Amino acid sequence: MKQPIRPYGDRKDDGVIQLSFVLPVPASEKAKEAAATVAKKLGLSHVLVACMEKAGEDYSFCVVYGRTHMQLDYAAIEVPTVVHRKHGFDELNEVIQRDVGRRIVVVGACIGTDSHTTGIDAIMNMKGFAGDYGLERYPLFRAINLGSQVEPAALVARAKAENADAVLVSKVVTQRDVHKEDARALLDIARAEGIFEKTLFLFGGPRVDHKTALELGFDAGFGPGTKPSDVANYIYYRLLERAGKAPPPQQTAHGTQDATVAGTGEKLGDTL
Amino acid sequence: MAQLFVEASKIARARELAQSAAREVQAFIDRHTTVSIERTVLRLLGISGTGTRGAPLANLMVDRLREAKVLHRGAAYWLGRALRASPGKDPLHAIERVAAHPEKAPPLTAAEEVQLREEMRAESRSAIRELQSRIEQREELKRSLRVGSFEGAPWKYVIVATGNIHDDVEQARAAAQQGADVIAVIRSTAQSLLDYVPDGATTEGYGGTYATQENFRIMREALDAESRKLSRYLHLTNYSSGLCMPEIAFMAAYERLDMLLNDAMYGILFRDINMKRTFCDQYFSRRICGSAKIIINTGEDNYITTADADEAAHTVIASQLINETFAHLAGMKDEWIGFGHSFEIDPAREDTLLRELAMAMMVRELFPRSPIKYMPPTKHKEGDIFFSHAYDVMADLVAVTTRQGIQLLGMMTEAMHNPFLMDRYVALKSAGYVYRAARHLGEEISFRPDGIVARRQQEVFDKALHLLEEVARDGMMAAIGKARFGDTARTPEGGKGLEGVIERGADYFNPFLEILEGKA
Ligand code: B12
Repeated sequence: MKQPIRPYGDRKDDGVIQLSFVLPVPASEKAKEAAATVAKKLGLSHVLVACMEKAGEDYSFCVVYGRTHMQLDYAAIEVPTVVHRKHGFDELNEVIQRDVGRRIVVVGACIGTDSHTTGIDAIMNMKGFAGDYGLERYPLFRAINLGSQVEPAALVARAKAENADAVLVSKVVTQRDVHKEDARALLDIARAEGIFEKTLFLFGGPRVDHKTALELGFDAGFGPGTKPSDVANYIYYRLLERAGKAPPPQQTAHGTQDATVAGTGEKLGDTL
Repeated sequence: MAQLFVEASKIARARELAQSAAREVQAFIDRHTTVSIERTVLRLLGISGTGTRGAPLANLMVDRLREAKVLHRGAAYWLGRALRASPGKDPLHAIERVAAHPEKAPPLTAAEEVQLREEMRAESRSAIRELQSRIEQREELKRSLRVGSFEGAPWKYVIVATGNIHDDVEQARAAAQQGADVIAVIRSTAQSLLDYVPDGATTEGYGGTYATQENFRIMREALDAESRKLSRYLHLTNYSSGLCMPEIAFMAAYERLDMLLNDAMYGILFRDINMKRTFCDQYFSRRICGSAKIIINTGEDNYITTADADEAAHTVIASQLINETFAHLAGMKDEWIGFGHSFEIDPAREDTLLRELAMAMMVRELFPRSPIKYMPPTKHKEGDIFFSHAYDVMADLVAVTTRQGIQLLGMMTEAMHNPFLMDRYVALKSAGYVYRAARHLGEEISFRPDGIVARRQQEVFDKALHLLEEVARDGMMAAIGKARFGDTARTPEGGKGLEGVIERGADYFNPFLEILEGKA
């Protein structure tokens, strides 16, 4: 079933959107017309330049409204998500004990020259994030957090030495796509070191999503608001799946693989 | 208005404790030097430029001396020796020659030793005089112009960080034209971990623009021109942090920068730089800042990005008192110490405005003669730029009511990218509005002595006092080891750059330190 939609301003299907931008010309009537032209060239109609003012001698700041006539089919949008049942803290420890039978080893770091540790700490350290305990707190996880500014090779080496089940990679600085560069480098090293196949690779950060992570070759991606319990459950299920104890990943419309696992947890269909 | 509800005796006690903790570290500092301090000495003596493969000459020379295990006598001494042994040779070759076989260098008589030192001292004095005359040029320009865009309100501080110094100049000019008072050029990601200062103008950087002497010069020149045009002095600031703290301080002083981010512990906690290295480096860098009348900005605001701002507020106060002592020990006057703190309490909570006011007033009043550097919300910024903008305006209100000295304006796109031209514009425009609108607000209101604000100040200060007791008892290095600041633990032997810390010999010679410490 098709589900056509447009942006909503004041009425259904009016297609209203607002834009703000700077033009590298002094504020003037001409600049205002140029701002309107930007909107028109973007295909907008009913263009209103609500603000065009001086943002420095040679720059004008513009706020523009207009209507778009494009329409999209919401039903056709595909976003890969990681779906599974979620166990509570104690229960997860129990099922890991039962199904894996040992502590799960995870090694994590914020890689490259990036020194933002709060994201990886939120997932791995005792304290956790938003009232949700970090992996260190789980008796059935052995969480090794290498901190920030870790060279990809050093992370891979440690993961190999610890025989890690999962490698947790964080990247926060994204200017000029440095996060993707570093992430790819890490996976290349993991392949060369022969741990790529047998280890789970998780990628996280404020500009990371599952789709991007999959495209880069990771098993999963985790963005803003991720809780450690999401990550803990994900790792458990993927390990089960790899051990053949859970249903295989299912194919989605555009070919990426999602882990859809039916467990015995209390919450259904939690989306990471 | 800024009211302080903390007993004077507690404040005095806290200062004593901070002093005793810092003095212990100072004793360590006074026995050591570092590769970066020695490179600064060479730069002060006129060694600039690069050698093969772009390595700065100062690095090449200090590395040779360190490899030869003779750096404990000081680079100035060896430069003197080298030039004496190979007169007319270029300094790098001369140093390489002595460093190749230091034991074979013809011994000097006692009189020659004295003479060598006197010659180097004379050169150092003239280097300092040149530096002073450049600072005087800066002060003169300042005197001829208006300073501060808005009387009675903080200086508006904004960041440029395009990665390309020429784009930075464009954006700095646009910001100045819209009311900015201070331009900060943020450094490229991880420059702090480079054990050398890159050379020349740069056009490529991640998350910022490399701090180089040439970039400093280019930006200062543009701001001089813009200051004259606007009849208002525009301040320039950069970062004296990381592995090259003192070198950057020298370059900034020479290129007439007005301020520098410079913290006694930031590098240790947030860049994992070895603590011994940082303690030594901050000392020499502050000696330079003090003599060049550079306002330093301390980095306590960062603690409350890794720790919870409400729970860890006391660590900010304790650290400021420690930073104060370190700055005093480096000869800095209060008016050059810009204490950093920030508006960072989680906006999801209640009464955060009162709690922020309590903190802002307390910092203002604890350091009445210092320009307080107030930072905007960053950690709890998310992608909704409209909410983010409203959130920043609250920080503007607190800043102007409590008379902070320098205010870094919040950017509505903080959670996304380094500020765009329009982000800065919108922030400057609304800060201007808030400063006007709340012009005399601070003078009109006062807080109840038994209210939330008063109690909050007392609670935070008591905890700070408690922490300082611990730090004074266990020592700074141990306290950092226990993650007392910024929730981050570091060890004395860990982190980057320890190999660059060298124990001074009995015959250590650093003519600049002698001058700056007032001993020559
Ligand atoms: C705090 C902070 C700092 C602190 C970091 C302290 C520390 N030890 O971490 C300090 C002050 C040191 C800092 C420095 C810099 N910063 Co900063 N910083 C921030 C800030 C304000 C908050 C980041 C944060 O802590 N978020 C909270 C955490 C919990 O969220 P998170 O990282 O998204 O993590 C969550 C998820 O993403 C996920 N997750 C994250 N990683 C992982 C990993 C895995 C495996 C999983 C499963 C999940 C996961 O789970 C977490 C919990 O939900 C942001 C702005 C903002 N509001 O976002 C800028 C920001 C990230 N910084 C930025 C920059 C540019 C820098 C500097 C480069 C500036 C400079 N030129 O010096 C330096 C970095 C130097 C370096 N070598 O990296 C930019 C990045 C721009 C970009 N997109 O590239 C930002 C966006 C600010 C800006 N607008 O300019 N910064």
